[in-house]
Amino acid sequence: MKLYYSIPAFFMAAALTGSVWAARTDVILGVVLEPPNLDPTAGAAAAIDEVVYANIFEGLTRFAPDGSVLPALAKEWSIENEGARYVFSLHSGVKFHDGADFTAEDVKFSVDRAMAEDSTNAQKGLFENIDNVEVMDPLTVAINLKQPDGSLLFNLAWGDAVILDEASAADTATKPVGTGPFTFTNWVQGDRVEITKNPDYWGTPVQLEKAVFKFISEPTAAFAAIMAGDVDAFPNYPAPENLAQLDADPRYSVVLGSTEGETILSMNNARPPLDDVRVRQAISHAINRDDIIDGAMFGYGTPIGTHFAPHNPAYVDLVSQSEFDIVKSKALLKEAGFSEGLTLSLKLPPPSYARRGGEIIAAQLRDVGITAEIENVEWAQWIEQAFKGKDFDLTIVSHTEPMDIGVYADPDYYFEYDNADLQTLMTEFGVETDEAKREEMLRNAQQIISDDFVNGYLFQLAKTGVANSKLKGLWENSPTQANDLTGVYWED
Amino acid sequence: MLGYIVKRLGSLLATLLVASIIIFVVIEIVPGDPASFMLGLNAQADTVAALRTELGLDVSKPQRYISWVSGMLQGDFGQSYTYRSPVTDMIGDRLWISLPLALYALGLSTLIAFPAGIWAASKRGRATDSIVMGFTQLGVAIPNFWFALILVLFFSIKLAWFSAGGFAGWEQGFFAAMKSLTLPAIALALPQAAILTRVMRSSLLDVMGEDFMRTARAKGLTERQALVHHALRNALIPVLTIIGLQFSFLIAGAIIIENVFFLPGLGRLVFQGIAQRDLIVVESVVMLLVFAVVLVTFLVDIAYAWVDPRLRQGRRR
Repeated sequence: MKLYYSIPAFFMAAALTGSVWAARTDVILGVVLEPPNLDPTAGAAAAIDEVVYANIFEGLTRFAPDGSVLPALAKEWSIENEGARYVFSLHSGVKFHDGADFTAEDVKFSVDRAMAEDSTNAQKGLFENIDNVEVMDPLTVAINLKQPDGSLLFNLAWGDAVILDEASAADTATKPVGTGPFTFTNWVQGDRVEITKNPDYWGTPVQLEKAVFKFISEPTAAFAAIMAGDVDAFPNYPAPENLAQLDADPRYSVVLGSTEGETILSMNNARPPLDDVRVRQAISHAINRDDIIDGAMFGYGTPIGTHFAPHNPAYVDLVSQSEFDIVKSKALLKEAGFSEGLTLSLKLPPPSYARRGGEIIAAQLRDVGITAEIENVEWAQWIEQAFKGKDFDLTIVSHTEPMDIGVYADPDYYFEYDNADLQTLMTEFGVETDEAKREEMLRNAQQIISDDFVNGYLFQLAKTGVANSKLKGLWENSPTQANDLTGVYWED
Repeated sequence: MLGYIVKRLGSLLATLLVASIIIFVVIEIVPGDPASFMLGLNAQADTVAALRTELGLDVSKPQRYISWVSGMLQGDFGQSYTYRSPVTDMIGDRLWISLPLALYALGLSTLIAFPAGIWAASKRGRATDSIVMGFTQLGVAIPNFWFALILVLFFSIKLAWFSAGGFAGWEQGFFAAMKSLTLPAIALALPQAAILTRVMRSSLLDVMGEDFMRTARAKGLTERQALVHHALRNALIPVLTIIGLQFSFLIAGAIIIENVFFLPGLGRLVFQGIAQRDLIVVESVVMLLVFAVVLVTFLVDIAYAWVDPRLRQGRRR
């Protein structure tokens, strides 16, 4: 008899507690690589931006999830002298995490620090064109350029251009102090970084109270962690072989997006026989992009025909110009005098797109009579030999910097492509501020490098993220390598 | 006894010196410049040069060796290139995970192996012996990382008794920290326990065939009493050697298990250091591991002398 009454009572109690149970406000994110330190302005590791960008640090401008540039610490700006002078109005009432006020002095300090002779900023090139920074009043700052530049707002959105406070800048590597919506709490080296909500944030408050970035690089461990609930999301999930299984599970949702990573088969344009455009064209026609995407990337990736991101509005689809055509490839090789076949070295860095993709490409090249000798190297060796020493024939690498088509205008860049027309075009692009004209120039540039078959353009790296189905607001695409948590929340 | 200890100490120091030279030479000739690696593809030449000076990479190699060794003798293991923090602190943090893990695994392994080995030896030739030996065969053959994955699949994903990895941190309390080390310790311990059981059993069987054992039984002791009071102590020497070797392996070789359970231990530190060309970290941690192994061997040698009185006088068996 007593049991009979206790059962409904139990259910009522459960229902009551369920209704007052609010949604979670903390999130545990799995990240593949641990950042070596937490200063985005003093090193190249993308892993640093993945933790601090938009969360702890902010710049004058910032990237939106679709790659467009939005105002951040700068409320608005005016462009003068046809693009040679930018005047920024800054938000008022902004404080750094240690209580110091944010003023135009901090902007001047940060830019000067990045441009200094002994600066170890990996993207110093972004600041090359800056002549000086003028503090007009505490909330207005002007940046004077040596030459008009249409890319300044874009450059200032990078993680390497975030604003630091002079008083706390020296310790940024271990105790980052920024103006962002989260403050740095703790870093257990090798294990995790913890950040908490900044109660004094100047902008829109975030919905999370706390976030933890856990470092898990091993694919099987990543799978175990998400299945056991140790992490709530993995924005760059390292084990694509499990994605189908996770997608089918209603507890998790798989988010596919695109990145700024153009994966290419780089060819050393200065080294015979690759200095002959017919040989390069023959190699491009011997490649079957779909087979590589299926075989090396489990089907995740978008074919590209030029060095540009498909999600960008200025993208030109030139895949058909270098489409898979064995007959044409063999004809071109014969025309160039290599009907007997030829041997080339293929240097492959560690990532699976290179190692697995390289094996597939070697097999495809063999079908047209080209023997590709594979040499697996580690990143440090790759940088030493291929990138700095230019000692390679073919190599596969993914270029993840946004809007980096400009590297084709540098004849000293590792694949040594030297085309005066393109160089003139990119110089003009650099000083053009009109958006429509800029887009036109980008289209022309894409066509030129496709016409010359500078490299074998393979595919755009996909961003494969896994998250708990109730977690919303994570970035789908990766216009810059960051885990922006400002819009993330738990659904009830 | 003192002469024995002094001789052992001398060989310990000589080994360390030779090891330090070998480690330094091997790591310094590995190709790849740490500064270029750290700054990535877009960095300019003057930035890389600035970093090289900051890291002290433009000093000659013999000078670097001397400053490294003298630093180590004072307890300063240098500054990590990648993390820009003292290596001593980093090693200290990781040691608090690797050392307890190694001791935990060693404890579990001995706890299983001693009774199992003794039991198998006392029931030699009968069904129990064959069953125990069968299990040890399995334990020796199974790769410990595969076993670790099975443990995770079953205990973390299916039963949710343990988390899939990671270290809770000593601030969360002793039991929480040890709980996060339990699955890794079991994965490490089981294969070691299998080996130790076999060694224990065969060593006991050797000793049980000796004359003095017959005397013990003739005296009136039961099989069990004779085994525990007389045979065990004599059978310990090979077992101690294996335990010493296992402890060295557990400290240094748990890197695969650390990867599977994403534990921030010493093994992971060395692995990451190699990939990031963080030469100082790799040199210092490898040197520390060599020191640990040599120290353990030294302690095992001392233990021999304690267990076997004949060694104390320097006489051979």
